[in-house]
Amino acid sequence: MSVAKPLPHDAAALHVTGAARYIDDIPVPKDALHLAFGMSHVAAGRLNGIDLAAVRDAPGVAAVLTASDLPFDNDVSPSNHDEPLLATNRVHYVGQPLFVVAASSHLAARQAARLGQIDPTETPAILTIDDAMAQNSRFEDGPRVYTRGDVEAALPQASHRITGRLHVGGQEHFYLEGQAALALPQEGGDMVVMSSTQHPTEIQHKVAEALGKPMHAVRVETRRMGGGFGGKESQGNALAVACAVVAAQTGRPCRMRYDRDDDMIITGKRHDFRIDYTVGFDVDGRIEGIDFTHYARCGWAQDLSLPVADRAMLHADNAYFLPAVRITSHRLKTNTQSATAFRGFGGPQGMLGIERVMDHIATHLGLDPLAVRQKNFYAFGEDISGQKKRNTTPYGQEVEDFVLPKMIERLVDSSDYAARRASVLDWNAQNPVLKKGIALTPVKFGISFTLTHLNQAGALVHVYQDGSIHLNHGGTEMGQGLFQKVAQVAAARFGVDVGQVKITATDTGKVPNTSATAASSGSDLNGMAVQAACDTIRARMADLLAERHQCEAMDVRFVGGEVLVAGATYSFAEVAQMAYFARVSLSATGFYKTPKLEWDRIKGEGRPFFYFAYGAAVTEVVVDTLTGENRILRADILHDAGASLNPGIDIGQIEGGYVQGAGWLTTEELVWDDAGRLRTHAPSTYKIPACSDRPDIFNVALWDGENREETVYRSKAVGEPPLMLGISAYSALCDAVQSCGPHYADLQTPATAEAVLAGVERARGGI
Amino acid sequence: MEITFRLNGETVVLRDVAPTTTLLDWLREARGLTGTKEGCNEGDCGACSVMITDALGARTFNACILFLPQLNGKAVRTIEGIAAPDGALHPVQQAMIDHHGSQCGFCTPGFVVSMATAHLNHRKDHDTQLAGNLCRCTGYAPIVRAAEAAEAAPVPDHMRDAPVAKSKNKGSDALFQPETSDDLATWYQAHPDATLIAGATDVGLWVTKEFRPLGPVAFLNGCADLRGVARTDDTIRIGAMTTLTELEDAIAPHHPSFAELIRRYGSVQVRNAATIGGNIANGSPIGDGPPALIALAARVHLRLGSERRNMPLEDFFIDYGKQDRRPGEFVEAITIPRGPDYLKCYKLSKRYDQDISAVCGCFSIATENGRATAARIAFGGMAGIPKRAAGAEAALMGAPWSEATVRAAMRAMASDFEPLSDMRASATYRMKTAQNMLLRYWHEDQGVAANALEVMP
Repeated sequence: MSVAKPLPHDAAALHVTGAARYIDDIPVPKDALHLAFGMSHVAAGRLNGIDLAAVRDAPGVAAVLTASDLPFDNDVSPSNHDEPLLATNRVHYVGQPLFVVAASSHLAARQAARLGQIDPTETPAILTIDDAMAQNSRFEDGPRVYTRGDVEAALPQASHRITGRLHVGGQEHFYLEGQAALALPQEGGDMVVMSSTQHPTEIQHKVAEALGKPMHAVRVETRRMGGGFGGKESQGNALAVACAVVAAQTGRPCRMRYDRDDDMIITGKRHDFRIDYTVGFDVDGRIEGIDFTHYARCGWAQDLSLPVADRAMLHADNAYFLPAVRITSHRLKTNTQSATAFRGFGGPQGMLGIERVMDHIATHLGLDPLAVRQKNFYAFGEDISGQKKRNTTPYGQEVEDFVLPKMIERLVDSSDYAARRASVLDWNAQNPVLKKGIALTPVKFGISFTLTHLNQAGALVHVYQDGSIHLNHGGTEMGQGLFQKVAQVAAARFGVDVGQVKITATDTGKVPNTSATAASSGSDLNGMAVQAACDTIRARMADLLAERHQCEAMDVRFVGGEVLVAGATYSFAEVAQMAYFARVSLSATGFYKTPKLEWDRIKGEGRPFFYFAYGAAVTEVVVDTLTGENRILRADILHDAGASLNPGIDIGQIEGGYVQGAGWLTTEELVWDDAGRLRTHAPSTYKIPACSDRPDIFNVALWDGENREETVYRSKAVGEPPLMLGISAYSALCDAVQSCGPHYADLQTPATAEAVLAGVERARGGI
Repeated sequence: MEITFRLNGETVVLRDVAPTTTLLDWLREARGLTGTKEGCNEGDCGACSVMITDALGARTFNACILFLPQLNGKAVRTIEGIAAPDGALHPVQQAMIDHHGSQCGFCTPGFVVSMATAHLNHRKDHDTQLAGNLCRCTGYAPIVRAAEAAEAAPVPDHMRDAPVAKSKNKGSDALFQPETSDDLATWYQAHPDATLIAGATDVGLWVTKEFRPLGPVAFLNGCADLRGVARTDDTIRIGAMTTLTELEDAIAPHHPSFAELIRRYGSVQVRNAATIGGNIANGSPIGDGPPALIALAARVHLRLGSERRNMPLEDFFIDYGKQDRRPGEFVEAITIPRGPDYLKCYKLSKRYDQDISAVCGCFSIATENGRATAARIAFGGMAGIPKRAAGAEAALMGAPWSEATVRAAMRAMASDFEPLSDMRASATYRMKTAQNMLLRYWHEDQGVAANALEVMP
């Protein structure tokens, strides 16, 4: 059967030969126009006017549009209608698009866009968390607060109490393919849009609004993205809408892609957070009460910030039972890029908060941080004191399959954690300049969109009369291997080789009303929808054969490329042809909606998640105490992907997620200046991990278990959870830095060399 | 201007193309070869990597900051030319498929070109060979596995490109590609406002990012007499057009720490293009070449027409953006006096590989009978120019070679510099680490481990 096989990515052969097409590779007619935005250079102010004479006169320019030239809706927000495509009378951040240029080439458009003379009246910008709190600049009326138990009572009663503050850095997606879209005008005012997007339906919706057309007049197609990571859930809207509007006005195809610097300056990133905490605990480090305050810097528009901040709250527990807990979440509006979805969607920030607390408690009590973590794990079983089971999350969902203790038992063994922890201590005693650190951190990540209605998917499957299969569903391919995993499901349902299944571009004309490929849900949702579509066709085929052979349909078997019925054997192609001649439909849609979900995001109560995915990582690092330079020596990971649909692809997600998570917490630093300008807007200044930054020794294994819930072939989602395995790199750095002295090192993130050196000095009592 | 080169085995002759057309734009827009990708348009991500073969061998370059005239006489191989003409995959391509080396696939063509070139050159230092190729999906592990798996496979014949005879051009007031430094000297004296283009790793960005008009341009890559490293009994002479790749190899036997610094300078693609002359002449305060060369007491040799002069390299750098270089004068060579090797170079950046230094400290301290008898300490990133730590040097000179002396010199260093804060580092951190680098030199001299890159798991 094709599922569970480590087959290569479906497009691997195209990738390695350069034949895989991305938006900018699609040939266009010679008269196509290329677009670029003119951007604001001030963070906040009134826009008095823009002198565009030089732009219009620039070589190759065919059209220049400002907000007043837009025929219908001037909005590209995915949520709150607060994000004009082109600024009207106010500007909100440095980089905000003010006008769009259409020219004969990408270069000509970029060059012309620089020539606009903007006349703003600057107003004071709200840039920082402190600025926003001082001016009560926020989304929603006030902070969201989730509570369980009596924190006010628990904290004073605890035998130990500490407070702390952690800055959690943002993160640039740095998808290698920048944002891109191509609009092709059709007859009768219809529009076809090719977009590098995780959310074709949203592109369709926004383009339709901008053109004043019903959604049926717009068809959006996405074959693949060159990376997404959440950065193409909503951030592609502006390019697609701009292309469609100019294409409609000029009648010419329009393509737009952001130059890398423009991409980083214009688009949103992971939310940076400040997390304040007060925690009370007993002598063993067991938490009795904890009070978290999250401050999320959301940028100028709402975008997806509310559910991001919600998910941070929903992961403030990670794998730990918090008997009395309060989580207060401020969603702050600032004059910076509108922070957006990024792999983990707030979960990483929330999880980092509690992992930091675990390390802080361990330092305070002088205990092994792993022991403190284990003391606080969710737990089951009878409690002789008659207390409540320790398996209920702060939001009331029960943790039903908490496999982490067993996973960690195995990981401690396979990574030789105890012996290595001892040898790190020895090594540090012998080395005055370099210090090592080691840490084990767990991940428990909730799977499902917290906006419950998004947990649905559709599929369209055709079987042709030669037995070849055309597969389509609402999910998008951004490199995660979704298409191949789903094709493996389809092949398994028909009992054929996966090569018989043609994977096709996501297309709003084939499957409508799709959700973004996000929240790690791609395989869960689309795999099930495809399974349903395949089963419909298979049942029709089986009925036909059962009738011909006078047996039960359930006795017809589809296996090994053949169909077996009552002693007869047909090839799958023969059966397809028989069905065609018998006038049996060989096309079907499939639909799936996730069961069991019930969630009240205002109260913070219910079951937002169908299930949890788990993982754990041990990381060992070395730190130079003279400069703070550091690197990862070894990482050992055990991750739960349920019954994996494709272990090769899933391990790829885990390795890549870990390195991306470690990058977030170490070298990836976003720096804005006092005028609100992003100073790290290119790979020369913003440093994602390079080849040598991966661990020297990198052992990744899958936990051998199946999902207790009825997911597709009992697999588990694997897109986002592994990113948070990277927290173990931060925790290991904390361990190394803490070894330098008796004072709390208070290592901040991103733990750049500079931050690490500051931690070393704090540990030594130098600050 | 006429430009002749080979493209995936086929000879191409171009006439009257704009000289600052990048190879990447030409491949994608004029030629329809879209396998080579644009990821950053500044030479930092490697998605546009191509293999270029000339008399010196096959090397990778970033096509996004490579101008067409630089290709004259060379052979270019893009991702479309890595598989055999009959379509058979190259061993690294097959290994990338087998080892799940691609996810989104956008960086993959660049990786494959880098891997195939490294494979051709029998390089097995994959982390270094791939430092210039960024991948955001895989975490690199499967890519390195693929590179290792393909190591033993034979090099396919079609990968061995032959260079082609280059087009000869007379040159004009606007555009010149001289064959000798004499011709360059004459032309540049007559066109002192011209932009000289060596490897274009910096000038490339003036074009792709800043849209800066360059005025008349001269491409120096034809000047063979400006290229190469020559040793005499008392000096090492480095021609200005010597690439960092060539310098790394040539300097390694004499000053291994300088070679290790160069290994971390840019990436393979950048070092194959960038020249030491360009690194000096553009006067950047954060270039990594000058601090090491100053610590080695290098002299810079300048030429204006037929007139030549030379000076200690530190004297060339006058102030931020200002060098002691007259209109029409160019850097011809660097000389380093030969002698015992005391040099240690410390490059501090947010990321180990392919990052611009926050601080680059280079130290050469000689000791005799327990005393420091000579000390040359130079920094990048600590001032508007590459600059010596005069106070720290003075504190060391003649003093007992001890930790106390080192710490006194560290204190003295505080008066040597007033560094800036920027997106790479704060002023305080720069000063602290500059001082600590001297302590690291001491520790290493005493045999104490102080290099995190040397720690094995």
